[in-house]
Amino acid sequence: MTPAPRAEESPEGEAPGVPGFRTWRGVYVFVFGWFVLVVLLLSVFMEIFS
Amino acid sequence: MNAADWLVLLGTIVGIAAYGSWRTRQVRSLNTYMRGNAATRWGTIGVSVMATQASAITFLSIPGQGFESGIGFVQNYFGLPLALIIVCAVFLPMYRRLSVYTAYEFLGRRFDQKTRLLGAGLFLLQRGLAAGVTIYAPAIIISTVLGWPLTPVIVFTGLLVIVYTVTGGSEAVAVTQKWQMAVISAGMVTAMVVLLLRLPDGLGFIGAAHVAGALGKLQAVDFSLDPSRRYTVWTGVFGGLFLSLSYFGTDQSQVQRYIGGASLREGRLGLMFNAVLKIPMQFVILLLGALLFVFYQFAPHPVFFNQAEWRRYAQDVRFRDIEAQHASAAAQSQSAIRAWLQARASDDAAREASARAAMIAADDRARAVRADAKAALAAADPRAKTKDSDYVFVTFILTQLPHGAVGLVIAVMFAAALSSKASELAALGTTTTIDFWRHFRPLAAADEARNVRVARHFTAMWGVFAVAFALFAGFAENLIEAINILGSIFYGVLLGLFVVAFFLRRVGGSAVFFAAVTAQALVIGMYFSLNIGYLWYNLIGCATCIGFSLALQMVLPPQAPAGQSRAG
Repeated sequence: MTPAPRAEESPEGEAPGVPGFRTWRGVYVFVFGWFVLVVLLLSVFMEIFS
Repeated sequence: MNAADWLVLLGTIVGIAAYGSWRTRQVRSLNTYMRGNAATRWGTIGVSVMATQASAITFLSIPGQGFESGIGFVQNYFGLPLALIIVCAVFLPMYRRLSVYTAYEFLGRRFDQKTRLLGAGLFLLQRGLAAGVTIYAPAIIISTVLGWPLTPVIVFTGLLVIVYTVTGGSEAVAVTQKWQMAVISAGMVTAMVVLLLRLPDGLGFIGAAHVAGALGKLQAVDFSLDPSRRYTVWTGVFGGLFLSLSYFGTDQSQVQRYIGGASLREGRLGLMFNAVLKIPMQFVILLLGALLFVFYQFAPHPVFFNQAEWRRYAQDVRFRDIEAQHASAAAQSQSAIRAWLQARASDDAAREASARAAMIAADDRARAVRADAKAALAAADPRAKTKDSDYVFVTFILTQLPHGAVGLVIAVMFAAALSSKASELAALGTTTTIDFWRHFRPLAAADEARNVRVARHFTAMWGVFAVAFALFAGFAENLIEAINILGSIFYGVLLGLFVVAFFLRRVGGSAVFFAAVTAQALVIGMYFSLNIGYLWYNLIGCATCIGFSLALQMVLPPQAPAGQSRAG
């Protein structure tokens, strides 16, 4: 009853299909960089209005 | 609320539920019922994950948190993007490769059936009890403020969500969550715009942000290593990572949102959508609360925002004194803020510093009066509800928003309650069917129609249980905290099971099962014998489960090759 395993889905082989990114590792680095940027922007926001 | 508000409220909430039921009325496939439409794209998955996490309490309590303590709470979400990257890279590919309906099926494949049942049982226990709170918590606030009787609100909300979730399962959850998130976004933007328009002339967003910042409401980031500080970057990154990994990686109500979809890519992009947007979204909601604080410095407001509770006890002269002190302190605070704004514009640094000190002192006095009010309530009746921050935003909605918009923002609360509740019910029904019912009736697994029928019955049963629990919960004190404690007691061990499954290949089923049972007993024992913050039990449960698994595997025979155990 449980569907058969999806052997065709290779997590690392699949391209993210996002313009500018060739690998998922690149997407993860971007998201991590975005997180760092958000923390920096929050720090700047706090400094401006403190 | 007038007729326009009722029209908007019922039109959106009932309309979305009816649309969800109608759109998914012909769902017959077990795969669609439990994992949603196989063609679902990343946008729908991303919105569904977000809507599942954002309960009504998010939109009632978080602005109150911003009002009361500032926006530092945003740091609690700092671990979330990192956790979602791990889920994308490790958890999701494995779930999809094995094509499981539930996260706990994976435990059965990786270990054995007893470990799977343990994982599923821990989830049902924790999420099943929490299910009542996600209906009760917003219902009690909305019914208190609007003067509605509690029971019909709980029953109406519960029946609405039961009808469309039972009808269309995971597919109905995803279909309705898109529209519910649209209502939530529209309502919150409306509230923010009205708040900015209601600020005093000449103040504007920038001026209000300066006032909030000067009064300590915009301390967004704290790099302090002081363990006594509640919210810091470090507690957010490490504690938040741990909690988010438990929630997104092992809680079926979230796993069910992203394991379906057209491909692995769609699930991953849906999760990355949340990794990018969650912190900014929480920041905006908290900022709304900080700006509400500034708004109420210039507008009349009660000393205690839960006015129904205040009026219940505030009969004698002592309470009249507190109200008089509050009126005086609020007037002084407003004058001090105006003086500081003038001093700031004068470019005289000494004058600005002096005015700032006076403004902070006035704010401290106003806070002291509010603390006195809460103490007086507690003295009048120890069972009185002395936390009023959840009532700040809803008070603003009802007193400041134009008709129509009031209905829309109240609809936000109901939409959020329904969206998170629907995911919970679908997950509880799916886990009960797949991990328990099918386990004990393996021959029935081949009958797809019967499986869907049973899943519908279990989903309805959990819905009725949640409503009954919410009705009963009215008698309990500090229920929300009790449920959070319960979650912390069980979440850690559950995450420990999955960490061992994913990262410690040489540990077998028996080792991890007995390790998890021992770790769970230890955590429960510690809870009853130690006095430490309950969030620590997440870490203790996970760490002890991993440690005991490794130790037991050293004395137990090596695990059987993967695939020998029966999968559901």
